[in-house]
Amino acid sequence: MSIDMSQFHQVFFEECFEGLEAMESGLLNLDTGDIDSEVINTIFRGAHSIKGGSGTFGFNNVADFTHIMETLLDEMRDGRRKVTQPAITVLLGSVDCLRTMLTSIQGEQSVDSASVGKYKSALEIELAGSAEEPSVTASMDTPIANESSGLAADEVDLTEQGWKIAFCPYLDLLKTGNDPVRMFRELAELGEYSVSVNTHDIPAFYELDPEECNLSWALEVVGDIPVGEITEIFNWVEGDCELDIQPLAKKIAKPAPVEKVTEPEPSVQEIEQPKVVPVEINTAATTEVSKPEVQQSDNEQSKASATSVKASSSIRVDTAKIDTLINMVGEVVITQSMLSLIGENFSMDKLAQLKRGLSQLERHIRDMQQSVMNIRMVPISFVFSRFPRLVHDISSKLGKKIELKLVGESTEVDKAVVELISDPLVHLIRNSLDHGIEMPADRIAAGKPETGTIELNAYHRGGHIVIEIIDDGRGLDRKKLISKAIEKGLIDENSVLGDKQAFELIFMPGFSTAESVTDISGRGVGMDVVRRNIQALGGNIEIISDFGKGTTISIHLPLTLAIIDGQSVAVGNEIYIVPLVSIKESINITENMLNKIAGKGETFRLRNQYIPIIRMHEIFNVRPTNKANPGEGVIVVVERQGVLCGLFVDELLGPQQVVVKSLETNYRRVRGVSGATILGDGSVALILDIPGLVRFSNR
Amino acid sequence: MASILAVDDSTSMRKMVTFTLKSAGYEVEEAVDGVDALTKAQSKQFDCIVTDVNMPNKDGITLIRDLRLLPDYKFIPMLMLTTESSVEKKQEGKAAGATGWIVKPFDPDQLLKTLKKVLG
Repeated sequence: MSIDMSQFHQVFFEECFEGLEAMESGLLNLDTGDIDSEVINTIFRGAHSIKGGSGTFGFNNVADFTHIMETLLDEMRDGRRKVTQPAITVLLGSVDCLRTMLTSIQGEQSVDSASVGKYKSALEIELAGSAEEPSVTASMDTPIANESSGLAADEVDLTEQGWKIAFCPYLDLLKTGNDPVRMFRELAELGEYSVSVNTHDIPAFYELDPEECNLSWALEVVGDIPVGEITEIFNWVEGDCELDIQPLAKKIAKPAPVEKVTEPEPSVQEIEQPKVVPVEINTAATTEVSKPEVQQSDNEQSKASATSVKASSSIRVDTAKIDTLINMVGEVVITQSMLSLIGENFSMDKLAQLKRGLSQLERHIRDMQQSVMNIRMVPISFVFSRFPRLVHDISSKLGKKIELKLVGESTEVDKAVVELISDPLVHLIRNSLDHGIEMPADRIAAGKPETGTIELNAYHRGGHIVIEIIDDGRGLDRKKLISKAIEKGLIDENSVLGDKQAFELIFMPGFSTAESVTDISGRGVGMDVVRRNIQALGGNIEIISDFGKGTTISIHLPLTLAIIDGQSVAVGNEIYIVPLVSIKESINITENMLNKIAGKGETFRLRNQYIPIIRMHEIFNVRPTNKANPGEGVIVVVERQGVLCGLFVDELLGPQQVVVKSLETNYRRVRGVSGATILGDGSVALILDIPGLVRFSNR
Repeated sequence: MASILAVDDSTSMRKMVTFTLKSAGYEVEEAVDGVDALTKAQSKQFDCIVTDVNMPNKDGITLIRDLRLLPDYKFIPMLMLTTESSVEKKQEGKAAGATGWIVKPFDPDQLLKTLKKVLG
C-alpha cells in the first residue's frame, strides 16, 4: 500500500515548531540553575517526537540531527551527564538550527548544510565530552532483525533447505497478546510447513487454567528461507518461550549455534486437537492485497490539492470554541425551520410571529459571527513566548541582568494581528534591553535593584487589545530628546513641547538617541517604522516615561482585522465606509465657517482650529448630487495622529459592522481606499483609508 | 473489521497511523496520551492497541501495564511504536505486557504488515 505522506507534513511541521518552542522555554528554565527532571523530560520528549516524525516522514537530515540532541538529552535525563551552561547554549543553538532547517524544508528550499554541520559538530563535541559513563551506543538505525538473534550473525550459510523449530512457550505467553497460531500462519507463508503438537504437559481438566499455554510444538518449514525470517517471526516472544531453530537438511550432527538450549525434545505426536490447527491460512493473507489500487487514485487527488494549499497556514482551535459554534448553528437551524413553517402558509396575522422569528435569526447570526471570529483568536502568548529567549540572549550579550515578566499571556487576539505585531514588539523589547535597562553597576549607583525588569502586559480594553512594555530602566531624557531633535533639524529651536510631544519625537523618522549604533538596536530606522507598522494594523502606540525610573510603551490594536466598525456615508450615488475609530465628530457647517485659501484648497474653522476639507466626490470622481458645497452636506471630521481633516460627504447613513475584503488581492491597490465590503443589498462599498487621505490633504 | 486504538501525543504521527489503518479498512480511534487511551479503552473494546512509548501524562509502557490488568485487555495485542530499538526498552515493554513493537521510523506498509501479523 502506498500512502502519500505529504498530506501530514503541514501538521508535522506545526508540531515540530511547537515542540521546539517547548524545548526552548524548557532550556531557558534549566538555565536558571533549577534542574527539574520533568523539565528535562519535556525537552527530551520534544527532540524525541521530532526525531520520530522526521524519520517517518522522510526528513532524514532532521532525524540525524535530532538524534544527537536526543542522545545528549537522554544522558542528562538519566543523570549520567551534568547540565552545564555550555551544553544548554549548544542545545539552544541547535533548537534554532532545527527551526531553520524545518522552515527551509517546509518552504521546499534547500537546507543550509554548512550551518547545520556546524551545530552538529558542536553537539558531537558536547556529546563526546564529559558523559560520566561511556555514551550509549547509537541504536536508532539498527533494524530489529539484525540485533534480535545471535543466530543470524553466526550463521554463514543463511539459507537451508528448511528449518526445524522446537517451540515451547512459557505459561504466560498468551498474556502478552501473542498467539502461537498467528506465528504459525506466518511460518506457513514462508514455505511448505508441518506442525505437531505436544499435549503431554496439559494438566488434568480440573487443574487446567485456560489462560495458560500448556502446549508446545515442533514445526518444520521446507524451502529456501533465510533464518532471519524465521527468527523475525519469533522475535516478539523471545524470552517468553524456549526456542530452538535447526537447519532441516543437515541432520543434527554438530549443533549449530543456538540461541537457547532447549530441553530434550519431548515425544511428539501428530496433531489431533483441532483447536490449534492452522486451517486454510493462505486465503486470508491474499484477499487483502487487491486494495491498494483504490487508495492510489485517492492519493493522487490529495496530492494535487496538497500542492495548491501548501502556502496556507492553519490554526489550532480550542474544541470549546467549536462546540459553541456548532451549538449556534443548531440554533440557527431551529429558527430557520420555524420561519419556513410560518412561510408555508403565511397570512397577515402571522406577521408578528414572522418578525419575532427574523429578529431571533438576526441575533443568532450575530452570535454566530462572534463565535466564528473567535475561532481566529489566538492567545498573545504565541508572540510572547519567544521573548524569554530573546531577553536571555541579549541580556547575556550585553552583560545586563534582566528579568522578563509576562502578564496576560492568554489574552486573545486575531491570528493576523498576532503575526503582524511580532516584529514591532521584538524591536521595542530590544530597545528596552539595549537603551532602557542600565548596566548592573549603574543601577546600583542609582539606588535600584541590580536586576532590571521588563514587563510585557496584554489586556483587552473595549474592542482593542492593549500591549504594554514596561521597563524600570533609565527612562527617556526629555532634554536630550529635544536637543537631539533640534540638532537634527526635526523641530524648531524655539518650539515648546509638552512631555507627550517630547516623547513622540522618538517616533520621528531619522531620530535615534543611541550614542552608538549597536547590533542590537538603534540604526535610526527603528521607531518610526514600528509606529508605521502598528498604524498599518489600525492601531496606535504611545510612550510615557519617567526619567530615571522607567518607560512604558503602550500599543493599542484592534482585536481583529477582518471586521471593523464603520460609518457608512453617501457621496453622490456611492456609499463609502469610514472606520468608526477615526471619526472625531460629524457636523453641518455654514458658509461663514468656510475659508478658501488660494492654491491650497479650503478649510473651515472649528473651535479656533482650521481644518482642511476634502471633497470626497472630487477625490473619487463621483458626480455630485445637488449638494455641491460643503455647507450643504455633512463634514465628517477624522483624525490621524492628532491631525484633523474634514471629509465632505452628502449625508451620513448609519453605523454598521463591515467585513473587510482586500482590494489588493482582488483588484489592485487604490489610493485613499484600504479595502472594500459588501453591503446588505449586495453592492460593494469602499472603505476609506483615513491615514492616506489625511496625508493627501496635508500636501 | 478490527477496531484499533492509536495512541500518540504527536498529532502528525497519530494522523498518519490513523490514515494508514483506516485506508486498510480498520476502524480506528485516537488517543493523545496514556490517560486518554485508558479512558477510551474502558469505554469501548478494541481489538488492538498501537501506542507510542514516550508521552506526557502516562507513557506507553505504563499504559500497556494498566491495560493488561483489565480483564477485557488481557489477551488483546498491544504494539509499541518506538524509536528506541534498544533491548532494554523492548524488554521493559514486554515485561509490561506488550505484544510486540514497531521501530520508528516506519512506513505505512510496515505498519500494516505488522498489524496483520497480530490481527491475522
